[in-house]
Amino acid sequence: MTAILNRIKVALGPDMAGPGFALIAVLVIFSLASPQFFSWATFGSVAFQLPELGLLTLAMLLPVLTGGLNLAITFTANLAGLTVAWVLQQNGGADAGPFAFFLGSVLGVGVGALSGVVMGLVIAYTRAHPILVSLSMMIFLRGLGEFLTRGGDVSGFPAFLQPLGHGSILGFPVPLLVFIGCVLIWHLLLTRMKLGFNTYMIGSNIEAARYSGVNTRKVLVLVYTLSGAMCAIAGIIMLARFNSVRVGHGESYLLITVLACFLGGVNPFGGFGRVIPVAVALVVLQLLSSGLNILGANQHLATAVWGILLITVMVLRFAAGHFKSLKRKKG
Amino acid sequence: MTGRESAKSGQKPLLSLRNINMTFGGVRALKDVSFDVLPGEVHCLAGENGSGKSTLIKIITGVYRPQDGAVIEFDGQTYSHMSPVTAQNSGIQVIWQDLALFPEMTVAENIAFQTLLGRWPRFVNYNAMREKAVKALARLDVTLDVDRPLKDYAIAQRQIVAIARALVGEAKLVFMDEPTASLTQSETDHLLDIVRTLSASGVAVVFVSHRLAEVLEISSRLTVLRDGALVGAYSTEGMTQSRITELMTGKTFDQTVRARNVNANPVVLEVEALSRPGQFEDISFTVRRGETLGITGLLGAGRTELALSLFGMLKPRSGTVKLEGKPVHFSSNRDAIAAGIAYLSEDRLSLGLIQPQSIADNLVISSLDKIIAGGLLSDSRKRDLVAQWIADLGVKIGLQTDAISTLSGGNQQRIAIAKWLATDPKLLILDAPTVGVDVGARAGIFDIVAKLAETGLAIILISDEVPEVYFNADRVLHMAKGRIVDQFLPAACSLAEIEAAVYA
Amino acid sequence: MRKAVQSHATEFALLAVIAVISLFLSFATDRFFSLGNAFDLLNTSSVNIIFAVGLLVVLIAGGIDISFAVAASVVQYLAALMLGWMGGGGWISGLLIAGGLGVLLGAVNAFLIHKFRIISIVATIATFNIYFGLLMFFTRGVSIYNLPDWLTARVILFEHEMADGSWIEITLPVLVMLICVVATWVFITRTTTGRQLYAFGDNPEGARRFGINIGAMQFIAFGWLGLMAGIGGLIQAHYAQEVVPNALYGRELDVLAAVVLGGARLGGGKGSVLGCVLGVLLISITQNGLNLAGVSPYAFKMIVGAIILAAITLSNTSIEKLLPFMRQEEGRK
Repeated sequence: MTAILNRIKVALGPDMAGPGFALIAVLVIFSLASPQFFSWATFGSVAFQLPELGLLTLAMLLPVLTGGLNLAITFTANLAGLTVAWVLQQNGGADAGPFAFFLGSVLGVGVGALSGVVMGLVIAYTRAHPILVSLSMMIFLRGLGEFLTRGGDVSGFPAFLQPLGHGSILGFPVPLLVFIGCVLIWHLLLTRMKLGFNTYMIGSNIEAARYSGVNTRKVLVLVYTLSGAMCAIAGIIMLARFNSVRVGHGESYLLITVLACFLGGVNPFGGFGRVIPVAVALVVLQLLSSGLNILGANQHLATAVWGILLITVMVLRFAAGHFKSLKRKKG
Repeated sequence: MTGRESAKSGQKPLLSLRNINMTFGGVRALKDVSFDVLPGEVHCLAGENGSGKSTLIKIITGVYRPQDGAVIEFDGQTYSHMSPVTAQNSGIQVIWQDLALFPEMTVAENIAFQTLLGRWPRFVNYNAMREKAVKALARLDVTLDVDRPLKDYAIAQRQIVAIARALVGEAKLVFMDEPTASLTQSETDHLLDIVRTLSASGVAVVFVSHRLAEVLEISSRLTVLRDGALVGAYSTEGMTQSRITELMTGKTFDQTVRARNVNANPVVLEVEALSRPGQFEDISFTVRRGETLGITGLLGAGRTELALSLFGMLKPRSGTVKLEGKPVHFSSNRDAIAAGIAYLSEDRLSLGLIQPQSIADNLVISSLDKIIAGGLLSDSRKRDLVAQWIADLGVKIGLQTDAISTLSGGNQQRIAIAKWLATDPKLLILDAPTVGVDVGARAGIFDIVAKLAETGLAIILISDEVPEVYFNADRVLHMAKGRIVDQFLPAACSLAEIEAAVYA
Repeated sequence: MRKAVQSHATEFALLAVIAVISLFLSFATDRFFSLGNAFDLLNTSSVNIIFAVGLLVVLIAGGIDISFAVAASVVQYLAALMLGWMGGGGWISGLLIAGGLGVLLGAVNAFLIHKFRIISIVATIATFNIYFGLLMFFTRGVSIYNLPDWLTARVILFEHEMADGSWIEITLPVLVMLICVVATWVFITRTTTGRQLYAFGDNPEGARRFGINIGAMQFIAFGWLGLMAGIGGLIQAHYAQEVVPNALYGRELDVLAAVVLGGARLGGGKGSVLGCVLGVLLISITQNGLNLAGVSPYAFKMIVGAIILAAITLSNTSIEKLLPFMRQEEGRK
């Protein structure tokens, strides 16, 4: 029995304990509190709301693994959305064709990647702290976006974009499928590709990685570039969901993405953390907010509960570590 | 065997420990240890890693509390245990290996740091701090600008600041934990002079160092610990390095010169007139297949800089490097690795291995291409590759996924060597491969080196411990002040000859 | 003098940049280079400077705090409510209440960081969400306009009409700001506790071996920032003449950028009050100047962001690094 448990433990990894425990707790508490909780409506709302936050969290994850942070994610997403909107408008607004959307998306991802390239270059070549570099990039992009839109909304998109934000394929919401696809890509990247391997190594000790022959600058630039590109995908999904682009959309997600990473067991100093536990942490957060919604609370209370959840998990991790070291001392 | 020669001298000890026992998690770290230090003497505390040296220091300075029954006598007072405050107040000071200084603060603040302590806020008297600092530095016969931040000064001066800080604390007994580990020879000489000055002024100094030559030079008495137990206390008069090693490890090492004649083998590396002004000048040498070339010389002689230039991490200003006859220019160490050069860093903890990461990942980091299957990294290939190297080099590990930091120094170094062997090098540069490796485990590392040379690998062995290169290299180059000044053939000369030249 | 320039390189660089920008702006606009405008700048920057010197103390001690701006919002709201129950109160009771609440909220962060060894960025991101979420939940986002008269009345400590008919004024926020700045300066450079904070931020393990009380350091650093956040929050309510629950949301990152621009280091042990004030002023002067020069307000932030990005890039780059052929010293850090 313990052998089986151990095998499950190894397969799931120790970082799964926090989010796994939280998931079970949330499911149990809400299904006891409200009979409506276990319903398609709940899971539908989770499935439609998860992807925006989820994609942005994926964008945050890679820099956090290198021991950095990307504070520019939300505004990068906005600017990528603006790029798509601009291309659509240039091609007839509501009458624009699928090709215009495709072109816009490519350009949008390019814009997102560009913001990442700039940050990555500055971080890799000057060793400036990523918090500062991405913070100034965030202030810059926010300013640029507000300058371009004069603080207003951009809307009027072709109808064929509707399914991208609200449609379903075989009962699965399209945004969720996009998110799942991106989770799998990130998982593959981090577990099976050289870039992912080197990302972890750099996160633990960048100098030792360089002495081992890792091209640390290239890895850093690529990490921030991919982060920017992922922001762009989030921006495009947001465009389709809201049928508009406004600079500041999703701004409140910024620190939630960091919270989700830490909740998912990512080491705040970098070097350790996996995609799947982070995805589970995201589900927990979304279930919490939907559950509270059913009970009549609003998103703000959910935000507060998210914060409390993070502290609870960190305190439990501390207590578990404490307990383990006590046990070791006693032999 | 456990001669207590302190009794002979008839002097009353300044510090006297009896019945010191200490247990961590069921493991006895110290077993019934006794330890005496005479007033004003320089005393060396010797032992391998894990022999209990640092535990003993921590008990004396009050960081740890020994088990009941311990007797600590210091300066006429008897204690059952110390606390950091009583230790400091009664005149016991430690200079930790990492110095525990504050680089952003001024020299004066660092030296007179004690005046900044205390629970309740007071106004800082900068003038008094400056005066204290200047006075303490004057006692050491050193002048530094006390208003400059400490980070402006190099490691040797920082060491002096740490000593000055101990003096401000009215020290009667100063512990120095590996104080010369990162000093050049002239800096070490200066430090040893300072230790003599201290000793002459009546301050007792306990020196912990792995450099046995230094130990013999500076200290008058020696206490050896092994596996947490006292081996004995000895006078350093008539003591030799090999005798100390024997006492520390409990084994005798019959070291024989391994040098062979490999002049018939083809040349792998040919360096000609390589220069990097300020670090090394006009370096020329060759290394042949199957040859182990030793490079020795004091810290600061330019050895590591030369190695990093061969490895593509530093750019030489002039000169040529030929690998198997072809001139090579590396723009980074990745080019060097691809060309077949591997470099084992002298700093295993922060540059050689990625300590928090797993054993397996540390082993494959430089040869990821080998574990790719179908364009992706393969877990099973990684496992097989790691298992094979671990078996080949006889490394003792738990799980492949354990953090490398859980291994002993010797086993970590084996993984580091395996990491480079996995890149199929033609030339392996080993920079101080035994730093932080127990004396007993060092022989194992050199057995591996010898086996590798047998297979035809060209090896450059860099070490500041002359016996290491003497016994393990086929040819020894002596580097001093950035130049190769001499060449020795261990098969045709004595260890003393080389040592005389290097330490002259 | 040379020594002063060397040891305060960041401050002198900032002064030089401010001088250059001011010179440029005084040619580009006729209003910029006037005393009246200078005092305007001080009045509008006061709250940010108060926040900045508080955050500086936490950065010096090696921490970071994301939650202080929303904590200030919580303090504003609670203080307004408490003053209402008390039937008005006055500046003294107002500052005491706001400061006390601020210290309390800061202590929550210190408690989490010290007691459970949660690193400061994680702990304060959590409290950021808790403070803001609960504030918005309980207030339902409703602002308070009905503040006591003493709080909303402008207090002009000094005014003087210039020859050209414009007025120069020093208002209460400037006085409070000056007191906070001087108090922080005295605290971190002239008291033993302040120096212990530097030492703790510089080398925590070294500080611990000297018996410095690590827990006390965390509570003092986060408590000081809490105090400044509370005071800053009250002054902001005074300045804006209303309490809007999400008015300060997002301010934390702007202040952080300014403080780091002023030479404080993420990771601890480094930073000065002068640099921190200059960092805030550089950003305000740029915005103010762009405003007077008739640049669209929407472009301010973009330009400010670009300036910070450039400043950070340049301050981390020596000339040799930019010129690859001079790159010799790179092998060893």
